[in-house]
Amino acid sequence: MAAPRGRAMKWLASIVLIVIGVIFLLPLVWLVLASIDSSASLSVKWPEAPSFNNFITVLTPETSLIPLANSFILSAGCAIVTVLAAILAAYPLSRYSMRINKPFLYGVLFGTCLPITAMMVPVYALFVAFNLIDNMGGTILFLAATSLPMAIWMMKNFMDSVPISLEEAAWTDGASAMRTLRAIVVPLMRPGIAVVFIFVFIQTWGNFFIPFVLLLSPEKLPAAVSIFSFFGQYGSVAYGQLAAFSLLYSVPVLALYVLVSRLGGGSFALAGAVKG
Amino acid sequence: MSTTAPTALGAPRAPGAARPAQRKRRPGRTLLRSAPLLPAVVLLGVFLLGPVISSLYGSLTDSSLSGASAANAEFVGFENYASLFADPDFPKSVLLTLVFLVASALIGQNCLGLGLAVLMQSSHKPVRVIVSTIVVTAWVLPEIVASFAAYAFFNDGGTLNTMLTGLGIPGVNWLYVFPMLCVILANIWRGTAFSMLVYTAALNDVPPEITEAAEVDGARGWQRFILVTVPMIRRSISTNLMLTTLQTLSVFALIFVMTGGGPGTDSTTLPLLAYQEAFRFGELGFGTAIATILLLVGAIFGVLYIRALKPEVD
Repeated sequence: MAAPRGRAMKWLASIVLIVIGVIFLLPLVWLVLASIDSSASLSVKWPEAPSFNNFITVLTPETSLIPLANSFILSAGCAIVTVLAAILAAYPLSRYSMRINKPFLYGVLFGTCLPITAMMVPVYALFVAFNLIDNMGGTILFLAATSLPMAIWMMKNFMDSVPISLEEAAWTDGASAMRTLRAIVVPLMRPGIAVVFIFVFIQTWGNFFIPFVLLLSPEKLPAAVSIFSFFGQYGSVAYGQLAAFSLLYSVPVLALYVLVSRLGGGSFALAGAVKG
Repeated sequence: MSTTAPTALGAPRAPGAARPAQRKRRPGRTLLRSAPLLPAVVLLGVFLLGPVISSLYGSLTDSSLSGASAANAEFVGFENYASLFADPDFPKSVLLTLVFLVASALIGQNCLGLGLAVLMQSSHKPVRVIVSTIVVTAWVLPEIVASFAAYAFFNDGGTLNTMLTGLGIPGVNWLYVFPMLCVILANIWRGTAFSMLVYTAALNDVPPEITEAAEVDGARGWQRFILVTVPMIRRSISTNLMLTTLQTLSVFALIFVMTGGGPGTDSTTLPLLAYQEAFRFGELGFGTAIATILLLVGAIFGVLYIRALKPEVD
């Protein structure tokens, strides 16, 4: 009885999904087709002579290599600072029951709710006061501060799942907390640490607004900001090159996303990643 | 844990990971034990808490980026807020922000995300895999790239109008005529994956016996969904509504790239208004007042969010 109707429902669901999928795909198709079309415009069309000329044109130090290297420095720097601070913070939160744990965790959770976009005005004032404008180090520290709340939560959850019994033996032998953290806990939670690292890296790699406000010199701008100036600078934009550069800039995070889903934190770990 | 969005918060906590019981409190020990928190506390204090507090104070001064008041700003009380509310751009911007939030986050992303999650449950596997990959790609792409793609799609000579012309329908210059509609649709396109993932996880947690029992009792498809499934995932729905609202509240690059807040101020939401006032017109105090209002809105959602989660964060 239910079977034929069930099968019809299944087909109907698949067809509706395909339609939605095609609609979602359309804006992405332009990106790919324009990147291999040397006479690309803003509309989707099959390139007359597909070639990688656009990629070759943009693969110069000024256009893409330096900005991509800057993106890498910002993202890796931010991910390293965030992961180190988060591991250290997660340890007492996970291992000891202290009175400050709860208020601290709630405070941090509250921090994840602050719209970062709104913070840029006071942060800019702060950076002017500390003379940190156009300073990569300062920008990395601010980026790290914005990723920390989520990273601390993730790290604490990963650490909670490392059984404490393993450390107890080491404690009995007189090892200090920091030593057990380094020698026992961290090695056991390597996949979790990798997930947090990649998660922060992806988030920072895609961030536009923070470096846009805090960095000025062209040689320090990450790809997100330099693509934007590339786009805004010329009256007639070379759309093919813009698309090619966009793809070069996007591929690393798409690859990392696949990696992080394999590692098992995947979509869930990243579900928090879309904050501005 | 996986029934709520903060799955964002990482792996489920293992029940066995109890902390060692602490019997005697020795003075100084807590201090020593909490020392590893220091780097995080310093970073959060200097770069998040500091700006929030200075934002609250700065919105009460006449500071600006240049000129006399840049060096020593004077305390002006609620003057910035008074002129903010007197400025016709502000109420308009509040309204546009609300429209943007309700249409793209509350209705668009949530309903489409839930719809996709439900459809995926009862579709063919290859379709499910391919479609979810496409939807997630739009979300994983760096925001500036997604913004360009959306800009190209809605542009006068862009993909949408090319397709409409192909169908014999005259296109319009979408970004000028319907700027809000464009940014709303773009934000739905970009953000739906998040809701889809949250709802997929929530639906997977609904025990199949319950929906089967409802089916035996004669509940048809829609009825079963509204009366059985939705109440079972209501916690996910409320946290997801909150998170998507917060994410959408701080959307900047998408609107900045697609319309620049224009034409005129027709798509200037609060983040864009704050940016323009503070950085383009140098009215730092004024921009800070807007930022403070945004932060307060975020704070209210933060409190609601923590309340909703409370039972799960022991």
